Amino acid sequence: MTNWVYIGTLSDIPKRGARKVKALGCNVAVFRTGEDAVFALEDSCPHKQGPLSDGIVHGRGVACPLHNWVIDFETGEARAPDVGCVKRFAIELRGEEIYLGGALAAASEEALAGAEV
Amino acid sequence: MKQKLVVIGAGMASGRALEHLFEMAPGTFDVTLFGAEPRGNYNRIMLSPVLSGEKTYEEIVTHDADWYAGHGVHCRFGETVTRIDRKKKMVHTADGETPYDKLLVATGSAPFIIPIAGRDLPGVRAFRDLDDVNAMVDAAAKPAAQAVVIGGGLLGLEAAAGLQARGMNVTVLHLMDHLLERQLDPAAGHLLKKELEGRGMKVHCRAQTKAILGEDRVEAVLLEDGTVYPADMVIMAAGIRPETRIAVDAGLHVERGVVVDDAMQTSDPDILSIGECVEHNAVCYGLVAPLYDMAKVAANTLLGEEAAFKPVETSTKLKVTGVDVFSAGAFQGGDDSEDIVYRDAARGVYKRLVLKDDKVAGAVLYGDTADGAWYFQLLKDKEPVADIRDRMIFGQALLSADADPFSAVAGLPDTAEICGCNGVCKGTIVKAIGEHGLTDIDGVKKFTKASASCGSCSGLVEQVLALTLGDGYSGESQTKPMCGCTLHSHDDVRRLIMAKGLKSIPELMQALEWTTPDGCSSCRPALNYYLLCAWPGEYVDDSQSRFVNERHHANIQKDGTFSVVPRMWGGLTNPNELRAIADVADKYEIPTVKVTGGQRIDLLGAKKEDLPSIWSDLNEAGLVSGHAYGKALRTVKTCVGSEWCRFGTQDSTGMGVKLEQLTWGSWMPHKFKMAVSGCPRNCAESTIKDFGIIAVDSGWELHVGGNGGMKVRVTDFLCKVETEEEVIEHCFAFIQLYREEARYLERTAPWIERVGLDHVKEKILDDAENRKALAERFALSQKHAQDDPWATQSRDPELRRTYEPLREKVIA
Repeated sequence: MTNWVYIGTLSDIPKRGARKVKALGCNVAVFRTGEDAVFALEDSCPHKQGPLSDGIVHGRGVACPLHNWVIDFETGEARAPDVGCVKRFAIELRGEEIYLGGALAAASEEALAGAEV
Repeated sequence: MKQKLVVIGAGMASGRALEHLFEMAPGTFDVTLFGAEPRGNYNRIMLSPVLSGEKTYEEIVTHDADWYAGHGVHCRFGETVTRIDRKKKMVHTADGETPYDKLLVATGSAPFIIPIAGRDLPGVRAFRDLDDVNAMVDAAAKPAAQAVVIGGGLLGLEAAAGLQARGMNVTVLHLMDHLLERQLDPAAGHLLKKELEGRGMKVHCRAQTKAILGEDRVEAVLLEDGTVYPADMVIMAAGIRPETRIAVDAGLHVERGVVVDDAMQTSDPDILSIGECVEHNAVCYGLVAPLYDMAKVAANTLLGEEAAFKPVETSTKLKVTGVDVFSAGAFQGGDDSEDIVYRDAARGVYKRLVLKDDKVAGAVLYGDTADGAWYFQLLKDKEPVADIRDRMIFGQALLSADADPFSAVAGLPDTAEICGCNGVCKGTIVKAIGEHGLTDIDGVKKFTKASASCGSCSGLVEQVLALTLGDGYSGESQTKPMCGCTLHSHDDVRRLIMAKGLKSIPELMQALEWTTPDGCSSCRPALNYYLLCAWPGEYVDDSQSRFVNERHHANIQKDGTFSVVPRMWGGLTNPNELRAIADVADKYEIPTVKVTGGQRIDLLGAKKEDLPSIWSDLNEAGLVSGHAYGKALRTVKTCVGSEWCRFGTQDSTGMGVKLEQLTWGSWMPHKFKMAVSGCPRNCAESTIKDFGIIAVDSGWELHVGGNGGMKVRVTDFLCKVETEEEVIEHCFAFIQLYREEARYLERTAPWIERVGLDHVKEKILDDAENRKALAERFALSQKHAQDDPWATQSRDPELRRTYEPLREKVIA
């Protein structure tokens, strides 16, 4: 069972922006897209550990502020040509309220696990 | 004996329920119908055309007196039910009691009245019933009357359009970023705003209403930001809430709405409820389709038949004549969904399909809603669309066209207009290609004028060329697109911003047919700069389109900390400033303090959450942002000049301070550095700066386009001038020419190499008028640029908060 923790409301995060949350023993970057979808990744680029929460959010990804790697929100993976993956966290929106859940399996493992996810 | 059915509320939901009841089992119930309005059931959703004058009230009446009489309904219109006595099974009104066997609560919803001062003034109305409409029509009779509509949702916009059709001057105030945010995505919302503004309506988004002003009746509306809109009438259309008072008083289970089960039964088995007042599975409904479904279920339940309400997908259309808007499903996207976006700027068309698991999950259509029904069907049927996804955005009609990349153009008839500016259709272009043996876009431009004006159709023209010539088309445009989001080059985008008067990023992306919903980290900062440069004082800077350094007004370092560089005018400082810097370094445990190449002091390793406090401390000593982080005027480096140096010919320090005070805060295509040396020994290294000045006995030598970076470039000599005023005018003109002509992230050195020094001289030296005009434009833009961002950020508690991490809050 997931333990959901309340971390704030949608208005705490700017549209096409992010906020850092100290939770679950690490820094988590919580992103809000232009269309108010919310995603959470570990706030550390797989390249040189840049703070993803300070990057430019576009579409469903973020460009790391240090060397412009683009990390995909849905898979946690760097977009080509770069290769790497960051931890994803579950997010639940209850109205305007944002709840953070536990770490999600890597996208590739999730595919293997199939319908059981 | 007939069962007694009492219905509270004579609206559309109960009206439909009665129709079903009389159809399925006529004569089963003896019906008494209470309605608060002094009239029977009418089609409330058609009030908009009644307001605009396109229909009359008589035309929208759904049940007239004959209908009620024919079915033996005891009509008690204008009589409000005050209480339900569940024990005795009676409803009470001012006139007495009425017994029931079954009770149907269909009280609908009430407009949400924002709790602000002045909301009770005469002239403030909702848009809910015929009385409201009549009041609006009366108000519009006054010549040049002003109306303010609070709320840019479906209801508000329909009210606004109707009032405008009645001749009122209408302002729409909307709290959110874009209109119809529950129905439309930002791009479509933006198009709608533009369309309404084009019709003369004023639309104010992000408008927080503070109060309604007036003595005896409404006179104006005041916003939190101080804006005042005069108003003869104010329409509150900020939402609705279920009308549940009577159900609450009766002790029924009520959450947001009256809670019902699948059979429309409330917590009391003899009481049913339908319509906007109910809540089913934690959802309240406001569109007519689900309410009609509820009505049918309730009729069945009353007759003892089994029936269950299943919410279905609903679609929305805006009922404003001439504005085509359609949305359905989860158009905002969600986890694991993908977008297909189509934009046709010339026709003002925007279409977006949201796909999930190869099925249509949502759709937003603007300008061309012809395929709305088809997409909605695909959505409801959960039809897999993998086979048609590459073509489906073009509509059902083109589905059969060949699946090649040019199918959109191939599928167009010869009469289809390609170039909107010059009215050139596809057939004309194809014919010209054949007759004149054209092989490139310039040829097409020459012979047909297609894409010769605004140029936004050049992509389409190229497709026509490729289609007509087949392999004979060698193609590719000469200019490189800005990024993967567009086919337009930097120069095209800048030209089109001016030509089309584009004033925001969403507007630009729509007009220039961006292929991504909100650009990328490469184009967004460029667009933000181009718009800022084009519309000084008018464009609202989009901080989320800025690189982190410009967003946080400090330089990000490899470990995610920041460096802070306060401005020191011309490189001058004093003991007071140095003390403040030392205190900050101590207080915030700054690990490294370093002198920079631009004669400033850099505090390295500051934590992001400390930045606002560091800035307030520095501000107190008079230190402001040094913009060491920006594509902006960085520093003016100086030598000590004639004030101290035995070789100095002029006051180079004073000139440097003056120039820095005049030019600081200006945003540029890239960083911009200046220097002033007091003699040809050039101690300030003026000849590797973007704008370098070397003082000589007889005046000032001006040098441009130097660079000390990766590729060292010595400045070009521009000219020599005599007075300080001339230095300033040339400096302003050069900066502005660079700001207006260089591509984003292009320093002055490569820019001058690209356009040639002669071009710069032509614009600045040969044409004195142009130089003055450039300088004036720079001065104008500086009026809006010279606010210390550190002060702005650290003084605003809301902004300060954004530098701090969010904290998790465990809820017990």
